[in-house]
Amino acid sequence: MLSGAEILVKCLEQENVEVVFCYPGGANLELLDALAKSSIRMVLVRHEQGAVHEANGYARASGRVGVCLATSGPGATNMVTGIATASMDSIPIIAITGQVATGMVGTDAFQEVDMTGITDPITKHNYLIKDVKQLARSVKEAFHIAQSGRPGPVLLDIPRDVAMAYSDAVEVSKIHLRGYKPNLTGHTGQIKQVAQLLSEARRPLIIAGGGILLAGCWEELQALAESQEIPVANTFMGLGSISMDHPLALGMMGSYGLAAPNYAVQSCDLILALGTRFVERMTCNVERFAPRAKIVHIDVDPAEIGKNIRADIPLVGDLKIVLNQLLQKLQPRQHPEWLEEIKNLKASPPPGPKISRCLTQIEVLEALAEVLPAEAIVTTDVGQHQMWAGQRLKHRRPRGFISSGGLGTMGYGIPAAVGAQIACPKDLVVVITGDGSFQMGMPELGTAKEQKLPIKVLLLNNSYLGMVKQLQDCYVEGGRHTATPFTDNPEFKHIAKAYDALYLRAETAEEVEPALARFLKHPGMAIMECMVAAEENVYPMVRGPRGLDEMEF
Amino acid sequence: MRHTFAVLVENNPGVLSRVAGLFSRRGFNIESLVVGETEDKTTSRMTIVVEGDEKILEQVSKQLNKQIEVIKVTDIPDDESVNRQLALIRVAADQSTRQEILQITEIFRCRIVDIGRKSLIVEATGDETKIQAIIESLKPFGIQELVRTGKVAMLRGVK
Repeated sequence: MLSGAEILVKCLEQENVEVVFCYPGGANLELLDALAKSSIRMVLVRHEQGAVHEANGYARASGRVGVCLATSGPGATNMVTGIATASMDSIPIIAITGQVATGMVGTDAFQEVDMTGITDPITKHNYLIKDVKQLARSVKEAFHIAQSGRPGPVLLDIPRDVAMAYSDAVEVSKIHLRGYKPNLTGHTGQIKQVAQLLSEARRPLIIAGGGILLAGCWEELQALAESQEIPVANTFMGLGSISMDHPLALGMMGSYGLAAPNYAVQSCDLILALGTRFVERMTCNVERFAPRAKIVHIDVDPAEIGKNIRADIPLVGDLKIVLNQLLQKLQPRQHPEWLEEIKNLKASPPPGPKISRCLTQIEVLEALAEVLPAEAIVTTDVGQHQMWAGQRLKHRRPRGFISSGGLGTMGYGIPAAVGAQIACPKDLVVVITGDGSFQMGMPELGTAKEQKLPIKVLLLNNSYLGMVKQLQDCYVEGGRHTATPFTDNPEFKHIAKAYDALYLRAETAEEVEPALARFLKHPGMAIMECMVAAEENVYPMVRGPRGLDEMEF
Repeated sequence: MRHTFAVLVENNPGVLSRVAGLFSRRGFNIESLVVGETEDKTTSRMTIVVEGDEKILEQVSKQLNKQIEVIKVTDIPDDESVNRQLALIRVAADQSTRQEILQITEIFRCRIVDIGRKSLIVEATGDETKIQAIIESLKPFGIQELVRTGKVAMLRGVK
């Protein structure tokens, strides 16, 4: 007989969980205590939202399931933004929350909140475990659901009396979910049709989304692109699935995407959309999207196909399996004219900074792109810096660009870097952030300090919430900047000092390179603050109702 | 366009709220939803009538299928199925009208299930059109209270 808490820990060990990002409270005492007796590493965070983002960063860098644990009530609700972030980006995490004892559930007890109710729309599935006998099975199911098919977060809500109750149902070898059987192998007839379309296409284009990274099939992607001579555009979430050094890589498309992939989408005659959900940030005006192209949409989630865009050939399956099926059906093919056109599109560089008297984010990020080692992991926060990072970095490492694409969660970058650094302790992990996002994610510097994580925080400080300011420039009458300037930011160098981090600063373009060199080489945590222009906006940009090729530069 | 889905689900607590929540957050319109246990106690069957165009109906079906606790979603076209609703109708009735009401209920093969001093309760089953017709016929007498279930439906001729 084991207690519920011990059963949980045993199940986590069976799933090869090596780390849990956790925060304590009255309803998870037993869970924490049982964890402490195991070999699983416990990372004490500073805010429960950080715990979830850390599990997320860990999962994205490692390709494994990230696990986080909080108490009931406010601990649990603090997790909500993190869970929604993981849900929008299809990241496999298990969020465990303590809950008031089963007898108290529904009485509005102290620190009680209906977590399964709250997280229903933002989890792939969730469990309120009312009986210790159900615990082992639920944990097993949760891990299976989180990482199979289209991955996503699963919540386990464990009442305190369940954690304390004893049971001999400590192990489950097999689970059977009759309502959940993801279709992994592609339909052979559809695959044949795709091969046929590819043989007829003169201007084919691959759009590689986050699904490539989730399915771990960047090699198959590259093989397909090379054997068929198909250029590859990336969605924001797909960045890293092909290196920008590759001659067929076009880079990031979308409303803040580069000109080359956006024009390529609008002028191609066949799109192979791989693991993408055609969000409006990517398609812009969907009515004007890819007017000349037939669309082959391949995704493991059938509900994504036909949701936002018509698909001429829908194909459901795991991308790794489907791409291998497809590769077997294809003969090598050349598209010299199309590639020549693509080469010319790529030749024009993205727009540079418009102002010259002060340092700009573009200059800093381009300098970073020059010196950043290929195997470095980059996390970002949300805003202008995020879009510029997507546009300008080389994205040489698959699963090496970690950013909140779907939900756009500020405060994600630092905790995601903590998680990534724990997953990959030997690798360089750089956070690109702004002064707004930094102040949302800042508490997790405490976690990084305590865990002695040498994360590098590149803080692009324009004393503005720059992306919102850009929207105000575009859409608010008179361009009024309401609530976007930070008129009295803290001295970030003191914050660096408080966390024992090396502090570096660059105010001019000349200072960037030497500071970056010291920054990236420093063995411990470092914060490099760049004082950048506030006036600069992100281009190319496509406004609301316009088509992907109607960019402003 | 109106469409009927039969949705077989795990008979777990919370399933109804998951399905209902799915409809509201995705902006799908539920016309009616009926749920009850099936011949197998571990499953329930929902009959859901949805209003929407073809694209919406496809999404409804796919999003339902995505739910872990949804086992099967079946289309139930009206012309290939038996479908029934039940209504209880309290009609004002006195000495002078009672006989006429009884005749109407007989025509529609309804049953009188309660007789009060000034009213009757009529139990009616049938498809949507029939229930509507009964209600219209009883209206002139004064309907005091009306309660009806949503539609339940079953495909014809299959096992």
